[in-house]
Amino acid sequence: MIKVHLLYPDRDFQASEAFPPHMIHLEGDLGLDIIYEAMARDDGFIREVVRQVLLNSLTAANEILYRQAILKDFLDHRDLAERLYRIPNEYLKRKREQWLWVPTHNPSPVAILDGGRRLLEASLDLLRELREIADQNVDKLKSAGLTRFFTSIQEELSDAYLAQMEAQIKALRFPKGVHLSARLGPGNEGTDYLLRKPHAPQRNPIKRVFTSRSPVYSFALHPRDDAGARVLDELRNIGLARAARAVARAAQYIEGFLVNLRWELAFYRGCLNLYEKLSSLGEPLTFPRPLPPGRRLFSCRELYDPTLALVTGKKVVGNDISTEGKDLFIITGPNGGGKTVFLRSVGIARVMMQSGMFVPAASFSANLCTGFFTHFRREEDRAMESGKLEEELRRMSAIAEHLRPNSLVLFNESFSATNEREGAEIADQIVKALLEKDIEVFYVTHLYEFARRLRERETDNAVFLRAERLPDGRRTFKIKEGELLETSYGLDLYRRVFRASSLRTR
Amino acid sequence: MTFLSILWDKRVPDELPAEPPDIFPDLNLDYVVEAITKSKKAYDLGPFFWAPLRDAETVLFRQEVFRDLEDLDLVDVIKDFAAKMTAVRRFLSLAEETRFEYHRKGWLLEAALVYCRAVEGLLASLEETGLRSRGLKAFRDFLSRYTSSTRFRALATDARDTKAQLEGIHYCVTVGGGRVKVKRYEGETDYSQEIERIFRKFKQNESEQDRLSLVIPKRTGMSHVEAKILEFVAKLYPQAFASLDRFCASHVPFLDETVTMFDREIQFYVAYLDFISTLRSKGLPFCYPEVSTSSKEECVRDSFDIALAYSLAQKEWPVVLNGYDLHGPERIIVVTGPNQGGKTTFARMYGQLHYLASLGLPVPGREACLFLPDRIFTHFEKREEIETLRGKLEDDLVRIHDALQQASARSLFVLNEIFSSTTLRDAAFLSREIMARISDLDALAVWVTFVDELASFNEKTVSMVATVDPEDPVVRTFKIVRRPADGLAYALSLARKWGLTYEELKERIG
Repeated sequence: MIKVHLLYPDRDFQASEAFPPHMIHLEGDLGLDIIYEAMARDDGFIREVVRQVLLNSLTAANEILYRQAILKDFLDHRDLAERLYRIPNEYLKRKREQWLWVPTHNPSPVAILDGGRRLLEASLDLLRELREIADQNVDKLKSAGLTRFFTSIQEELSDAYLAQMEAQIKALRFPKGVHLSARLGPGNEGTDYLLRKPHAPQRNPIKRVFTSRSPVYSFALHPRDDAGARVLDELRNIGLARAARAVARAAQYIEGFLVNLRWELAFYRGCLNLYEKLSSLGEPLTFPRPLPPGRRLFSCRELYDPTLALVTGKKVVGNDISTEGKDLFIITGPNGGGKTVFLRSVGIARVMMQSGMFVPAASFSANLCTGFFTHFRREEDRAMESGKLEEELRRMSAIAEHLRPNSLVLFNESFSATNEREGAEIADQIVKALLEKDIEVFYVTHLYEFARRLRERETDNAVFLRAERLPDGRRTFKIKEGELLETSYGLDLYRRVFRASSLRTR
Repeated sequence: MTFLSILWDKRVPDELPAEPPDIFPDLNLDYVVEAITKSKKAYDLGPFFWAPLRDAETVLFRQEVFRDLEDLDLVDVIKDFAAKMTAVRRFLSLAEETRFEYHRKGWLLEAALVYCRAVEGLLASLEETGLRSRGLKAFRDFLSRYTSSTRFRALATDARDTKAQLEGIHYCVTVGGGRVKVKRYEGETDYSQEIERIFRKFKQNESEQDRLSLVIPKRTGMSHVEAKILEFVAKLYPQAFASLDRFCASHVPFLDETVTMFDREIQFYVAYLDFISTLRSKGLPFCYPEVSTSSKEECVRDSFDIALAYSLAQKEWPVVLNGYDLHGPERIIVVTGPNQGGKTTFARMYGQLHYLASLGLPVPGREACLFLPDRIFTHFEKREEIETLRGKLEDDLVRIHDALQQASARSLFVLNEIFSSTTLRDAAFLSREIMARISDLDALAVWVTFVDELASFNEKTVSMVATVDPEDPVVRTFKIVRRPADGLAYALSLARKWGLTYEELKERIG
């Protein structure tokens, strides 16, 4: 049967009802809202779809490549997505304007039969149009997803079948009453009602004698016997249930198909919007190379934070990193040196990769992860320092509920709300447990004691990155591999404060 | 041996409690009993679970019945019987409600058919197994006498004969334009099948079908229209209906009182076995405790909080097993250790074990020897009420005082973090006072506290500590082990509170 399957090779996308709190934190910490906005261009529906797709990330490389190929096809044939997208939208418009639906409020089989029939009538020409688009494009495309989609449309919706369907729909009326057979069930109540095709009336009086041997008893309802009329209605409904179900299922199937089509196309429309926007800022975009979750590889050129580019409307600084076989990335360096921006760029790129999109870099490849988690220090909580450590621990504890091997956790200044010794101890214990459970960790920290311990223990497993600072103290916003420096920002701060105060005293 | 009851061996109590014991909320037994009885509301099983036994022999009488049900796979037999008896009662009430004669007689016949099958089936199953329990053996003998009575035999034969005649009837109804025609069925073909064939192409797989919520009217009961149709059917098939008339005249009513009582009481066993079978399927052990009214030496292996286990089982989380021993003079277990360490769980487990054992039930654990207390007292601090400091402390003291007044050497206490709302010095002082009194009584107790010094109060106290077990990383909550009390630094104990120390975190990650 026809299936959309443009987001997964073998199934429809299942939207999530609600996301756990750690996903909501992820959105906020990475600034995904800004990405959604650029993808949606004020279309609320697209916004909801891209949010669902980004937050329900893929963990299989073949599924990612499947979406990448479809997206490349759409980039090569820019009007195709537009034309396809019109079909489900037109269906929904007709439904709205002509009040078509399979009733759900008190849906009797008779009403459902009627509603289903009318919906099928309204979708017939749209299915024919879809067939036409399939005929015109199927040979031009490269992706397995779109090719399969169009081929199945051609196979399933042949002219002959569409014509046959149309004829059957018209025949579904019962003008001569509904003829049922029944038996006596428990309590002598009628049961096993089955819709029967009545014997054709016999013209020949002699044959009639032989075929109709049962006496026939009959009665007419009193015209004001409403209760009785309701019972008869119910008997008719019982008899027509199977027929109604078959028709309504067909109508709902087609509607489900069109709704899915709209849903899944909306994601690609969003991707095209973002692609245009970032390209126009002169930013590079690339289709990433995903590696299996068990591997460890992180390699990029000109990796940048697209939210920063979108917000400032300018091309921003990118970073080049190349590592293999590392679980732990410790990022240190001066405040305002681009550590958080870098951390965010890593998170966003990997979320985008795992939704099958292009990523904000000139080249990018990384292993997949089984779940994304962020634990960022909350600026807004600074006022209530005393409860802050506990708040951070509570949040971490909630994350721990969902962690699995090969998850990715991005920490930003976590557990620094207590003294350095205790903070380092807590952070160290947590990171140690995570690494032993094969969890990938990016950690931006000022806790020198913590970083020092990791350097000693995780010699082969850690990469130390530093926000670059030129000898004169200026920051380049570049993140580079480098040795751990004990005074990460204290000296800068000292200088800045003292220069300011000396200016004041002058 | 004549049959008295399947729950009591000596005499059936005149009255059962109308409300659960007040220890139920503290031990989370309200939640457990609710879960046990919720699918069996009609039997009103609550009172059976609210009446603990003080006689070790009656405990044994019930344990025997449990063992027979389990060892001989009789639970499904009882369930089948119960389902049939439920149907019988429903059919009888349907017969009572209707105003159409053949409708009423139809339901009476149906009830009789199911009743006969229920009783005969139950007896056959009980006879083919080697029962050992006094209770079930006596009931089996009763059933055997009952089913061979002439009256029961005639009931069964007449019911089946009449039903066979009614089942042979097949007729047609044509509905349209406010008219109804009734005649015999004469081989007309199935039309729905034809329509389904046409639209089969668009059939969804099973899981997607839910979206179609089609309300097919379910004709239950009988309207005047259907009664009229039934009249015509009776005219089309007169013999079958004459047979139904004769059946009702000679056999109604037919229910036996002892059978009805057994049907309710046996559900006490079935409900509990059903409840624990979910837990057993997760690998959690249950055992028949050895109960004593004389020895206070106890041993418990691999037990757990049954309420917590039940809620964890629904989330597919593993459960930690705990045990303890009391030797010689030991009476009071003092539990200390970090927050969220499973201390309260341990205390609940201890209270539940004694209560469940006193109902004659199999209890959580691989092995258990337990004292059968005359009363259980519980006292759990409610953390959320800390604001009303002074009133609360006073209230705590009044409650514990009243409990001590009523308690005897056979009583048992479960105390959880009492006095945590006052200062450490006051708490230590008050705790020592209470401890001395319980110790003087020679009562059994478990006491969860942050006052470490209580753990070494005297020769009656046993110190147990909530801790993590690095050897067993699958386990999610903590083990409670026998060892002296210890302490921890602030930040790390906070980390421990949230399950984020190295060991705990490693255990938590799947």
